[in-house]
Amino acid sequence: MTAEAGPPATPVVPSTVAFRAILGKDLRAELRTLQSLPAMALFAVTTFVIFRFGLDRTSLSGDLAAGVLWATLLFAAILGINRLFVAEREEGGFDAIRLAPIDRTALFAAKAAALLAYLVVLELVVVPVFAIFFLDSAAALAPLALVLLLADLGLAATGTLISSMAVNSRARDLLAPLVLLPLAVPLSIAATGAIEPLLALGGPGYHRFGTWLAVLGLYDLVFLLVGYAVFDFLLED
Amino acid sequence: MNAIELRGLRREYGERAALRDVGLRLEAGESLAVLGPNGAGKTTLLRVLATLLRPSGGEARVLGARLPDEAWKVRGRIGFLSHEPLLYRDLNGRENLRFHARLHGIERGAIEERISFLLAAVGMERRADDRVAELSAGMRQRLAICRCVLHEPELLLLDEPDSHLDAPGRELARELLGPGEGRTRVVVTHDPERFLPEADKVLRLAVDGSAELTEAALR
Repeated sequence: MTAEAGPPATPVVPSTVAFRAILGKDLRAELRTLQSLPAMALFAVTTFVIFRFGLDRTSLSGDLAAGVLWATLLFAAILGINRLFVAEREEGGFDAIRLAPIDRTALFAAKAAALLAYLVVLELVVVPVFAIFFLDSAAALAPLALVLLLADLGLAATGTLISSMAVNSRARDLLAPLVLLPLAVPLSIAATGAIEPLLALGGPGYHRFGTWLAVLGLYDLVFLLVGYAVFDFLLED
Repeated sequence: MNAIELRGLRREYGERAALRDVGLRLEAGESLAVLGPNGAGKTTLLRVLATLLRPSGGEARVLGARLPDEAWKVRGRIGFLSHEPLLYRDLNGRENLRFHARLHGIERGAIEERISFLLAAVGMERRADDRVAELSAGMRQRLAICRCVLHEPELLLLDEPDSHLDAPGRELARELLGPGEGRTRVVVTHDPERFLPEADKVLRLAVDGSAELTEAALR
């Protein structure tokens, strides 16, 4: 081989620039097409209606309230997770990003941020609906927001990782929930454990609240680090 | 300096060999025409050179970087025009080009000027604010050409660059993708009459994955 010393490599584009470009592109496309968020919100509200009539209860509290809220949010999130990388797969975004001089973990970070934004907007819409349907008081909503934000962060990290793997499969709609749901079990235990005392009969309590928040934070940290470590390999052919 | 150097390059999909023992040396500024029937591995070769596919064996150097280990060194120095335009359907042409410009680190202040120049060069100024989903295949190809040369790459990898283009479109594309300005080009084509006159070398691929390199006969 004669070309021992080629010209220097193109400088890597700062990750913040790539992150903002990808996130901005995703949010712009979602605002224009509304392909994910309305479906997620409609699914969640419909599920609350089904629970309301299926349980024949106008008020929920404690573990049942926590379970109904978290299960609904988790399944609604899967709708968004399934679509997270579809444009990248079907419109050549993966190739375009792999050709650019960027750190590919910027794609992971941007997709996780987009999913986090979807989840926060989803909850801003559907948690008040849940409160109207099932709660006697709105006193728990402020601490509930903190729990949901921590849970969303973990779900965004795990969901982004799983979605990037599943999108190349023809059975991606099936594969993503099948892989994600077992991985989300620790997250679900911690989230419902933190929510349960908040929605207790007679007003919010804080029994082991800090412990569950710490577990949520640990889950978030682990999956953000796993995503950072392995995402580059997931994009290889 | 050799822009591309291949020795015994292989690429397999499972049991099937798409490329077998491909050898090639292309100097900077030269043009290579890649010919062959459907299924001969032309697109696979282009994707290997673009660092989008890993070789199964053999040696490959692109712009001095050894593939796949040093693939990161050539990202941003290659312009890749494939069958897919690599454009997001829900964004308009200008938004797509702006996105790619930022991914390639073009200075924020220079982006709009560069995009306007390229859109004018392919005759797309009037439709640049339409969503890509609303454009014809030929117009998407014109935008894809803009995307391909947006960052002024040293090496152009072009997979049937004239696809979907009408006669005026082909002439406009030639201005941006032609052999001038010392750029190295690899052009996959089914139209040898058009591309052989501007090729320095010709690589003929066969369906069994084998390859034959010759100096361009019609130059």
